[in-house]
Amino acid sequence: MNKNHRVASSRSLSSVEVKSKFGAEFRRFSLDRSKPGRFDEFYGLLQHVHRIPNVDLLVGYADVHGDLLPINNDDNYHKAISTASPLLRLFLQRKEEADYTFGTDTLTRKKNTVLSAVLLRPDANRKKPPVIISLPKDFRPVSSIIDVDILPESHRRVRLYKHGQEKPLGFYIRDGSSVRVTPQGLEKVPGIFISRMVPGGLAESTGLLAVNDEVLEVNGIEVGGKSLDQVTDMMIANSHNLIITVKPANQRNNVVRSGGGAASGSSGRSSDSGASYYGYSHGSGIAASMPTHIIQNFPVDELDSDEEEEDLVIEVGGEADPVRRLSSQYSMPPPPRYEPHLNLRTTSNTTISNSTSTHSIDTNGTLAVDGSNGSLSYVNNTNTTPSLDRPLERRNLEEDGTVITL
Amino acid sequence: MMKFRFRRQGTDPQREKIKQELFAFNKTVEHGFPHQPSSLAFDPKLQIMAIGTKSGAIKVYGAPGVEITGLHKDTTAVTQIHFLPGQGRLLSLLDDNTIHLWELVAGMPREVVAGKSFRGQSTCTHPHTFLLLASATRVTVLLLLRSCDVVSIGTEGGGVYFLQLPRLSLKEDQTLFQDQITQSLPDDYRCGKSLGPVESLQEHPQESGKILIGYSRGLVVLWNLHTRHTEQIFLGKQQLESLVWERSGNLFVSSHNDGGYSVWPVTTGNTYSQQPASTTIPYGPFPCKAISKILWRTTHTGSPLMLYSGGMPRASYGDRHCLTIQQDKDHVTLDFTSRVIDFFTVHSTEQEKVFDDPTALVVLLEEELVVIDLQTPGWPSLPSPYLAPLHSSAITCSCHISHVPPKLWERLINAGKVQQGCQRGNKVSSIWPICGGKNLAPPPKHQELLLTGHEDGTVRFWDASGVALTPLYKLSTANVFHTDCDPSDDPHDPDLQQEDEWPPFRKVGCFDPYSDDPRLGIQKISLCKYSNKLVVAGTSGQVIVLGLNDEQSDHLVDVSVVDLLQDREGFTWKGHDRLEPRLKPAPFPPGFQPLVLVQCLPPASVTAVALHAEWNLISFGTSHGFGLFDYHRRNAVLARCTLHPNDSLAMEGPLSRVKSLKKSLRQSFRRIRKSRVSGKKRTITTPTSKVQMANAALAEQEEVAPVQRRIEPRSADDSLTGVVRCLCFADTFLRDGTHHGPTLWAGTNSGSVYAYALEVPGVGLGRVCDRVGASETSLCVEAVLGKEIQLMHRAPVVSISVLDGRGKPLPEPYEASQDLAIAPDMTNAHSVLIASEEQLKVFSLPKVSAKTKFKLTAHEGCRVRKVALVIFSSTAQEDYSEHTLVCLTNMGDMHLYNIPGLRPQVRYDCIRKEDISGIASCVFTRNGEGFYLISPSEYERFSLSAKVITEPLFSIQLDRPLDLTPASSLSSPLLDTPLDSPLSCADLTLDTTGELTEGICTRSSRHSRPVLIFPNFTSGLCICPAALWMKQRTT
Repeated sequence: MNKNHRVASSRSLSSVEVKSKFGAEFRRFSLDRSKPGRFDEFYGLLQHVHRIPNVDLLVGYADVHGDLLPINNDDNYHKAISTASPLLRLFLQRKEEADYTFGTDTLTRKKNTVLSAVLLRPDANRKKPPVIISLPKDFRPVSSIIDVDILPESHRRVRLYKHGQEKPLGFYIRDGSSVRVTPQGLEKVPGIFISRMVPGGLAESTGLLAVNDEVLEVNGIEVGGKSLDQVTDMMIANSHNLIITVKPANQRNNVVRSGGGAASGSSGRSSDSGASYYGYSHGSGIAASMPTHIIQNFPVDELDSDEEEEDLVIEVGGEADPVRRLSSQYSMPPPPRYEPHLNLRTTSNTTISNSTSTHSIDTNGTLAVDGSNGSLSYVNNTNTTPSLDRPLERRNLEEDGTVITL
Repeated sequence: MMKFRFRRQGTDPQREKIKQELFAFNKTVEHGFPHQPSSLAFDPKLQIMAIGTKSGAIKVYGAPGVEITGLHKDTTAVTQIHFLPGQGRLLSLLDDNTIHLWELVAGMPREVVAGKSFRGQSTCTHPHTFLLLASATRVTVLLLLRSCDVVSIGTEGGGVYFLQLPRLSLKEDQTLFQDQITQSLPDDYRCGKSLGPVESLQEHPQESGKILIGYSRGLVVLWNLHTRHTEQIFLGKQQLESLVWERSGNLFVSSHNDGGYSVWPVTTGNTYSQQPASTTIPYGPFPCKAISKILWRTTHTGSPLMLYSGGMPRASYGDRHCLTIQQDKDHVTLDFTSRVIDFFTVHSTEQEKVFDDPTALVVLLEEELVVIDLQTPGWPSLPSPYLAPLHSSAITCSCHISHVPPKLWERLINAGKVQQGCQRGNKVSSIWPICGGKNLAPPPKHQELLLTGHEDGTVRFWDASGVALTPLYKLSTANVFHTDCDPSDDPHDPDLQQEDEWPPFRKVGCFDPYSDDPRLGIQKISLCKYSNKLVVAGTSGQVIVLGLNDEQSDHLVDVSVVDLLQDREGFTWKGHDRLEPRLKPAPFPPGFQPLVLVQCLPPASVTAVALHAEWNLISFGTSHGFGLFDYHRRNAVLARCTLHPNDSLAMEGPLSRVKSLKKSLRQSFRRIRKSRVSGKKRTITTPTSKVQMANAALAEQEEVAPVQRRIEPRSADDSLTGVVRCLCFADTFLRDGTHHGPTLWAGTNSGSVYAYALEVPGVGLGRVCDRVGASETSLCVEAVLGKEIQLMHRAPVVSISVLDGRGKPLPEPYEASQDLAIAPDMTNAHSVLIASEEQLKVFSLPKVSAKTKFKLTAHEGCRVRKVALVIFSSTAQEDYSEHTLVCLTNMGDMHLYNIPGLRPQVRYDCIRKEDISGIASCVFTRNGEGFYLISPSEYERFSLSAKVITEPLFSIQLDRPLDLTPASSLSSPLLDTPLDSPLSCADLTLDTTGELTEGICTRSSRHSRPVLIFPNFTSGLCICPAALWMKQRTT
């Protein structure tokens, strides 16, 4: 494994300058780039140069993008060494007083690859508790406040992630009226409000929504002028990834923005989705009047989360055999033919036909499997064929023209 | 990413221009019978008829194709209409005590929606008149004098007022108060009581200026307008209902509350008449109901013809809606199924003629119009070319067939003729008496058929090619079953059974809201216009395949039972039983005759059907599953249960009971709802009141306790998930990309789609067999499940259609094989368009991977209700057309998308979102028109196409002796061709665009219409612009 690295880094300078910071202290030393050694050796070296032999440490480094990334195994250690140019800046912390953590006991485990990053925050944000990065299997989007930097302080945009949770979304909405200040004076306009929270529901458990919050937008679309039923339908249609912008009834808990405005916050991954996403201009003026800047920070992948709601396609039958079997009993439906679970070739063919959600690592997969099991079971029920276990991985090979029949 | 970029195309000017040439939204004609009619009038000179409704509409009808609609600004019932004969003007009295003068004008030349316009001089009389009338008393009757310059008004208070036309200004010195009359009465008659409201005003038929005034208490006065004196006083004792003059003016007839009528001679010099010449209570001696209206018509044969409504013996027939025609010994009591609103006779009105000689009787009933031929002995009824009571039994579904082949059309018409012949017994020779105006619409280039399914198990075939929706043929499915009232038990000739009955009742009209058996109700219809095969499916799971036969046939219908539950355990159906099929051969009249009856079990209502006549296959779905049936070989190919295992409600069965209960409740409430809907049907918004209305709505909203909505994604185990929503046959690639073949697609309420590959002997897979070979019967159709798609959003699947390699919908069965349509592209990959209630999605085939989609609900908050693939032709380029997906949402608006790109094109507001039955009844044609029910009895026809529009186009010859346009005309921009000279005769054309189907009628022909003339009222009163009507209806 070291060999690989040597090859990879052979073209760079022979030594790496390291600046390690622990508390207020700095240590500088250098490493041979071609022979970085193993992580535990390096860890020992750090403890040694800082003279803290018995202190558990979290080691982080600043990568070329300015992100603070962890060093806790050989791989990311080598990565850190190989990408350092010319200086490798290390940040050490006592494990017990760490501002951030990379998950439980990850330091001692060699095989873990922590994929994610903690943003290197400017000093003003230093004290903020950073995001906890857990193991990959638990890694999933969670409900959060987003777009703090672009919304008025009195508004709050909340993303509710429903995936993989048995919890219901757990809230109700109602009609109401809110008072707006207009040039003509105060005016009452109809609005949509959160009317009830289900105890233990997702909405309640996030703590981000409250009864009497006024709903302003659903997934970037203003609800003004829409009826309660329309808004209900919009929310349900977006329920797999519901982003609602509310005006909280209680304005005291608003996120106070730091003056700098440099922080990209949680919406840092913004990309240019373009206002045209909602450019469905049919003259109604709804789309046209929409403040386009508000939706600018929706990353496209979040809005159009195709992969998250991929429809499930089950291939069945596929009896492409030109010699048709004659059914003796005409009045009975011929049973669909299923292949047994002996498929071998398709295992390599991971892109088989439809990219069903069973292949996606996110927890949606479980949902899909549930649904399909349900339907499969009664597929079997309706047929006179003895019930076969039909695992989802089984694919027929109609693309190759090969058919496996019972 | 790509699709977002594409959406920017919306502003491409080139594309915008094409869109304008393709799409335009117009509401064009109202078909059917006006909902809740309240008044009737006839112009004997122009021979046009007007019907007023409770919602303030006035509809004018002449010859078939001549139809005009006007709408009062207020949705108040029109209680009376009076024509100014020959002038194309009429007066209307509304329930709110206002009088309106209307006149026919041509449509606005600038407007595309030129429309059936009907200009109204709105509001009533002069302000003070209005106040007087409003404060003092209600208007009870109007009488327009023959001179057409004065209207006399009878009121509840007993006063008679006179208004000058056209300004509707009160002639104050003319007013006749009751006191004046009372003074001249003998004391013993007066006895201190008031005379009551004015019940009737009738002008002397010979001497103008003399009017007969009838008061409620029974007193009738002949009043001379010029001398302002009573000429004669008739001291009637019985409460008065109506008066009618005999033509000569020598006698008049009064009808009374006690069910009697009296004949009074009019003699000069005799001031008081104590007794009538005769008094008759025709249906006595037991107490009778009032005779509400009586007509007395002289004939050259001698004895006069008497027509009166009511007068039935209270106890025995008090609930009947009757009208009696009586002449000498001939006596017929027409027994209607709904209330008589009003009636008139068509008779000669020329002064020179000595006799009335009525030719026809026109009776407006609450639910239909009945015309009786008075010239033919036996007084048969005439079939009406329009105003058909669509709802004679409640409409349960509808289906439109465009471009009907002439062969089928002819056979249908013949079948209909045979049917009418045996219904009436004798041939009807007379022509339609209401024949004013000239229909200028060119004959339709294509015949169009509208099929309506009804609650009583009938399917009615309507000619929807033109403006007048005409009944062609009626198919009854009840005789396939053994029902309580067996049609064979019924005597065919109703006259026979009523030989000795008194009164001599005769059932007239076809409105019959009472269904023998709700299970007979038709739910789905599918017709193959090339093979003349028809599939109708009903409420109790019956699916009937019918074929067209020109001869009567006695045969037994094959019955096949398909169990959709298969071996599903734990299920007990608690809903209605299946209908019992008839065991004996039954006679089937010429027309569509049943071939096979497929009975689904459990007998839940059929929710979807599909017919592929080329493959001899039908498919049908219910709330439990779907089946495939080969009607040629008479065997069931497939039965598939779609119930979700968790759907406990459905499993136990009450699902269907709940559903059918809900349905029957809905149907039984339909009649009640009718009355409520009508008031709101045409809401009017003036710009000024918009703010107030918004405020009012807001205030209203706050008063009502807020409604809550739960926000929760659909779960797999919601109930009713198994309902099959759509079925579709297609010849496409399901298994692999190289072999195409017959497929069947089914979509359910839970967002599941099942795709079956079918093996049809002789079809597909390149194996061509001799289809008519003897070996054919030994083979059979097979179905193999090919794909199962579960839409993750789980919304109900509304429609499935397969698109060919060019992205065009596949042609209908036989179209490709008989070179009637361009053959589908089978070389490039096909795709399937699945429309759910929330999303439109195109998947590639045979790999079902999403290609394009549009998330309608996520964007707009509305849900898809109806979907159709429509061909839009361009108005500019003769050969240019586009296939477009038309989507009607639960908000009542139409969204148009191109295919297969699914990019939004245009959106139109069409139906009020509260009008759920209107949205549910909407049906589209193949070329961009559509129909929806605006009331139980009326279809609104609309067009989304800029090219295909069906609108009335006709002319009416007017004679306007008094030009009501003052010289100081409020400069009307429309007054291009002034009609200033009195006594001018104008060829007034009601311009509306004609039937422009399939665009051979080009723009040039539209411009070469007769000149439009706009005589105008400008008496300083509010004139409601012609376009306002359109506006009101569309908002």
